[in-house]
Amino acid sequence: MSKMIKTVAVASAFAAALTGYTTTAEAQAKEKCYGVSMAGKNDCKAGAGTTCAGSSTVDYQGNAWTLVDSGTCMSIELPSMADGTMRKGALEPLDRDLPA
Amino acid sequence: MRDTTPPPSRLPARAGVGFKPQHFDDAMAEPGAVEWLEVHAENYMGAGGRPLAMMRAVSERFAISVHGVGLSIGGEGPLDPDHLDRLAHLVNWLAPASFSEHLAWSTHDGAFLNDLLPLPYTNATLTRVADHIDALQSRIGRQMLLENPSSYLAFAESTWGEPEFLAEIARRTGCGLLLDVNNVFVSATNLGYDPRSYIDAYALDQVGEIHLGGHDSDTDDTGAPLLIDSHGRAVADPVWTLLDYTLARSGPRPVLVEWDADVPDWPTLSAEAARAASALAKVAA
Amino acid sequence: MTVTQTEFRAALFDPSSDVPEGLCDGQGRPAGRRYNVYRNNVAVSLTEALHESFPAIARLLGKQNMDGVASVYLRQSPPSSPILAQYGEDFGDFLDAMPQLEHMPYLGDVARLEWLLRAAYHASDSTSIAPEALAALPPEAFDNARLILAPSLSLLQSRWPVLDIWTYATEDGAPKPGGTAQDVLILRRGYDPEAHLIGSGAAAFLASVTSGAPLNRALEHATAKDPAFDLAALLGLLLGTGAIQDIQTGAMT
Repeated sequence: MSKMIKTVAVASAFAAALTGYTTTAEAQAKEKCYGVSMAGKNDCKAGAGTTCAGSSTVDYQGNAWTLVDSGTCMSIELPSMADGTMRKGALEPLDRDLPA
Repeated sequence: MRDTTPPPSRLPARAGVGFKPQHFDDAMAEPGAVEWLEVHAENYMGAGGRPLAMMRAVSERFAISVHGVGLSIGGEGPLDPDHLDRLAHLVNWLAPASFSEHLAWSTHDGAFLNDLLPLPYTNATLTRVADHIDALQSRIGRQMLLENPSSYLAFAESTWGEPEFLAEIARRTGCGLLLDVNNVFVSATNLGYDPRSYIDAYALDQVGEIHLGGHDSDTDDTGAPLLIDSHGRAVADPVWTLLDYTLARSGPRPVLVEWDADVPDWPTLSAEAARAASALAKVAA
Repeated sequence: MTVTQTEFRAALFDPSSDVPEGLCDGQGRPAGRRYNVYRNNVAVSLTEALHESFPAIARLLGKQNMDGVASVYLRQSPPSSPILAQYGEDFGDFLDAMPQLEHMPYLGDVARLEWLLRAAYHASDSTSIAPEALAALPPEAFDNARLILAPSLSLLQSRWPVLDIWTYATEDGAPKPGGTAQDVLILRRGYDPEAHLIGSGAAAFLASVTSGAPLNRALEHATAKDPAFDLAALLGLLLGTGAIQDIQTGAMT
């Protein structure tokens, strides 16, 4: 690619992106007017918080752990991976009633 | 005995609750009896994002108490200088009405164990804890409050009673105290002493804040009751009674309801705060 | 009889070990199961922290397996800081190395995606560049310019359909994952992290930009990877989410 073509490519990509951006910015401003909730309900992306309390759930185990294979596992079939191999992964059925 | 010394915190002698992000909208719209909020320092040590934005917003509306749960003041090793820096930064940013931490350890050999672990009450522990509090207070440039723990066991080597130990730390370092009345009830039940005599022995004139929380029940090897400080339910009736007993001796103090597990909706939590507010109203001048 | 914190801590992590001598009840009898309250508090609180921080991994493994994995991980890699939101940075590497999980080789990347979403949530706030500042630049200025991207932005290049697996695990009714390797762009719109599937050209472009390359070099890398790479579409996404903080022109290196 010649220098001239590249210049056109980068600059015109910005120009095209900026044309679309105006509408996005307006949409965001509008959203702000209506107020975006701070509460972040069900916001599991925050990760764990701290606690200064104890737990009444008795559940501590040692360092040895064996995978529980429920026998009714669903499987994710993952053909044609980037490395060309066929992979299969067992999954436990997802319990859709549990809160995320 | 009615104390007249101003308590060492700038929180109002009213009811507060532990702040949970899911209560943000409700707390701002319907604070009810809740006049101040307590937050765990370690949850606001990220670089940015919603947690800090939320804290900016609530701190404009409510007086804030910053409650550390991770400094490991009782640790055998030195205090973590990075964590001291983070605390100093947070306290400087929020300028909270109060800063408090625990008489406990939680970090050892670089591992943070996420629990408030117990200490033997000896002269050696006293010296170490006092040194750590001196270091903290000089780093953050203000007085802190030190909280009594929930105990599930005792150390044979202890030579001090817990209230006397805390009073001596306060005397040496100039720190104030935080009195967790639920912790007193839990520890007294677990170790077999009278919670009222513990309150009588506590340096109430140094108390800048009172905590309440719910506990769960278990038993030890002998079948004796073993209470767990779970903060996972409403405050128990005998703890409310012990609060009345305490306030009658201390006078009004800022009272906090902690609810950290199975956190209820805001109306349920603010109803607990309303109950604390009515306990305070009984002793108001 | 003194109990050191080294002894106290060692017995916390090893439920088969004796309770340290010198711990007692209120009458001076050995503490017995009273000590287990602390064992339990440590194990349960850190296990819960991992469940909360890696919900997709917890769903994919199921609760019982997740608890087991956590019990090993929390002993091998307890938190190094009291900021629990920062716990688990190497959880993906740990999952990759677990022999029991060899048949689920994609778990490590799913954990890394969850970590990056969390890192984006807590990342520094940033101000996006004013569109006028970009519009005012002469076309020739773009070539050697460098983009400064938001600190919340990151890139995950996976050998697995990592975004599809994550979506399948976290959203009701999401389709079963297909069979294509996926590159994912993680960024934050306002305060909410988002994961976007991007093409291999866009991934090469962003990898280049974040390593400090000028735009012309980044574009070369991208088109070498994918001749159909659409720079305008990627820039539209970055501008629309406020992910471009600044553009540096002039300084040539």
